[in-house]
Amino acid sequence: MSEAVASNQILAAEERRQADDKTIFGFWVYIMTDCVLFASLFATYAVLRNNTFGGPSGTNLYSLPYALMETLILLTSSFSCGLAILAARRLKRLQVLFWLGLTILLGMAFLGLELHEFTRLVHEGNSWRRSGFTSAFFTLIGTHGLHITSGLVWMLTMMVQVGRRGLTRGNLRRLTLLSLFWHFLDIVWVFIFTIVYMLGAL
Amino acid sequence: MNDEVRAIYAHNNTEQGSLGFYIGGFIASVALTLIPFALVEIHVNSRHETFTHPFLIVIMTAAALIQFGVQLYCFLHLGRETRPRWKLLVLAFMVTVVLILVLGSLWIMNNLNYRMTPQQMNSYMQQQDGGL
Repeated sequence: MSEAVASNQILAAEERRQADDKTIFGFWVYIMTDCVLFASLFATYAVLRNNTFGGPSGTNLYSLPYALMETLILLTSSFSCGLAILAARRLKRLQVLFWLGLTILLGMAFLGLELHEFTRLVHEGNSWRRSGFTSAFFTLIGTHGLHITSGLVWMLTMMVQVGRRGLTRGNLRRLTLLSLFWHFLDIVWVFIFTIVYMLGAL
Repeated sequence: MNDEVRAIYAHNNTEQGSLGFYIGGFIASVALTLIPFALVEIHVNSRHETFTHPFLIVIMTAAALIQFGVQLYCFLHLGRETRPRWKLLVLAFMVTVVLILVLGSLWIMNNLNYRMTPQQMNSYMQQQDGGL
């Protein structure tokens, strides 16, 4: 009798695991479609990068070391997000909270640097209204920044959830999705750093 | 509750990676960021052109693509799922769409620029000025 109950429990757990796998796959498909959104913005930027309308080009608009600092901060936050997931799989609640908190701080530092750059550009008269090039630049970087912002809100929500309810099955699933999202944003930034900042500096 | 969770996620661990994967991915990503950055900085700051542009562009593109692969493998755990590999399939489809979108746009717009005569360009610019 107790064996039958045990095997029923195993079956139920396996079913829930498969349901989780489906959710994760669905989220993966969403991320891939988000890539297409970024690709169209990259294409717009690539087409418009020389349409400066007498305004500044990439060479004299931004500094490369500044962008490198943003890149390294975001990369480190991607790493600490991974550590949060590892801690979550070992069910270490305090470690999860610590790594998530660190990820949020790094993400906010990244966002702050980006906003600082934006305000500097606008004050210098090179806002999105200056030329086709600056429009494409602000749209591409701004969309990425908007994703980062929503990721940070999501992360804060998860910290509250984990803090109040602990590492339940649902929270583990959400944390997995969150880490997929955050790593994906770092990958998009790799291409922004290469195409916009490094190619622009040449 | 915790035992159940542990049981569910324990057998998933091979697919999810370990600390070593994350550390390796992080170090490789930092290196693949710093190498092209250093080359570009040397090139920009030296008065005589140290490297040719095509050389730098090839290095940059290669570094970005390798980093893309490294992060997909180490952070997103791609390529370690069991068959059928749906995630990989969707990724391949995404890459195809992205290549068509980006390369297609560049091709068409460059072609348009190339075929526009100076007269057409002038009258176009005047129209645009009138519109402003």
